[in-house]
Amino acid sequence: MFVSASPVYLDAATAAPLHPVARQAMLAALEDGWADPGRLYTQARRARQLLDAAREATAATLGVRADELSFTPSGTTAAHAAVLGGLIGRRRVGAILVHSAIEHSAVLHAAERHVAGGGSAVSVPVDRAGRLDLDAWSAAVRAPGVAFAALIGASHEVGTVQPVPAAAAGCADAGVPLYVDAAQLIGRAPVPAGWSVLSASAHKWGGPPGVGLLVVRKGTRWESPFPADERESGRTPGVLNLPAVVAAAASLRAAAADAAAETTRLAPLVDRIRHRVAAEVPDVEVVGDPVDRLPHLVTFSCLYVDGEALLHALDRRGFAVSSGSSCTSSTLRPSHVLEAMGVLSHGNVRVSLHRETTEADVERFLAELPGIVADLRAEAGVVGL
Amino acid sequence: MSEPDEVLDCRGQRCPLPVIALARRLPQLPVGAVLRVLADDPAAAVDIPAWCRMRAQEFLGAVAGGSSYDVRRSR
Repeated sequence: MFVSASPVYLDAATAAPLHPVARQAMLAALEDGWADPGRLYTQARRARQLLDAAREATAATLGVRADELSFTPSGTTAAHAAVLGGLIGRRRVGAILVHSAIEHSAVLHAAERHVAGGGSAVSVPVDRAGRLDLDAWSAAVRAPGVAFAALIGASHEVGTVQPVPAAAAGCADAGVPLYVDAAQLIGRAPVPAGWSVLSASAHKWGGPPGVGLLVVRKGTRWESPFPADERESGRTPGVLNLPAVVAAAASLRAAAADAAAETTRLAPLVDRIRHRVAAEVPDVEVVGDPVDRLPHLVTFSCLYVDGEALLHALDRRGFAVSSGSSCTSSTLRPSHVLEAMGVLSHGNVRVSLHRETTEADVERFLAELPGIVADLRAEAGVVGL
Repeated sequence: MSEPDEVLDCRGQRCPLPVIALARRLPQLPVGAVLRVLADDPAAAVDIPAWCRMRAQEFLGAVAGGSSYDVRRSR
């Protein structure tokens, strides 16, 4: 079996490799960041200083007030808290959640919990490119009884950037607060205005796993869905992993400083993948908006190819990618995002680049992919169908 | 929905096998014929219409009752 000498990691949308700044900051913070920042002695005050500095730096990067920002134990926790807290805060208005059909599963799972508790949820469709149907969205948020609305800033599966300013305007007209899941935007692209609640996840920008961000703008009616806890402005319970929080803050500042340059470097590489895959792999559907998209992410589906077999074949050649095909999911259901777009779901590959991705990595992927797909099709006896 | 000209039973098959079976059989039928694909893999609901779009064949829709899709050979 051919085993590649140099592994090529192309799944930054799941978890970006740890930024060197994050590593340095975490090692430094391990010295002083072990104490509980809530206590009243010297060690605790040192930990409190680290936490305050991390919060102020992160808030400054996001352009929000420090007291609007809470760190959470994960991006998933932040998303759950955003949705459920927004609904609880507006329960006197109604019990309807409006969300796009392509939200992250963390948001959809929070919506399921809300529905199981007697609330309701309205899913707004997207077009073939994965872009929100704005007319349907505006009509949905105007309906009586709508408490809260959730829109992903850019699709984590296909990269399509959502029309957040227009969706936010529709929410403002209806007096409905908007939550934006900005997990794929923070540290890579500017976050559009108009949201009341925002969440993100540090390991998407090169921070450590186990740190999320939850931002609740002043004046938003939001109540914690968790049992009472005084930490993090009462928004998320439990002692934080402070060294990881410090690392997240330091790496966010570094990623945000490099974001424009990284977009300039990575967006043409994604364009190259989009064009070369479409030209050199027969019967492939490159999905997502070709222009209004994230700079680092591209998704395509190969007709007649088993997604799991494709992932394993790529892994054997050293390429780490992810897939929205049903055979790669524990539930054996295709990605709800691909389903909502009405695009081919089998043979699906998502490639997402990061600061360590080189042009040579992309070239090697593009050189090997057509042969890998052709071999799988030959094995399955589907050539010429 | 009217009765199909032929039924292809792909129940129990995982993606992409039902689409492959459809792609093998449909071109063997005359233009205008309707093939009904029985497929209980959830991906079939997405992938059979997508295949029809990619191959310019006519997707007539999911048959009431679920797990069954009608396709007309249009070229």
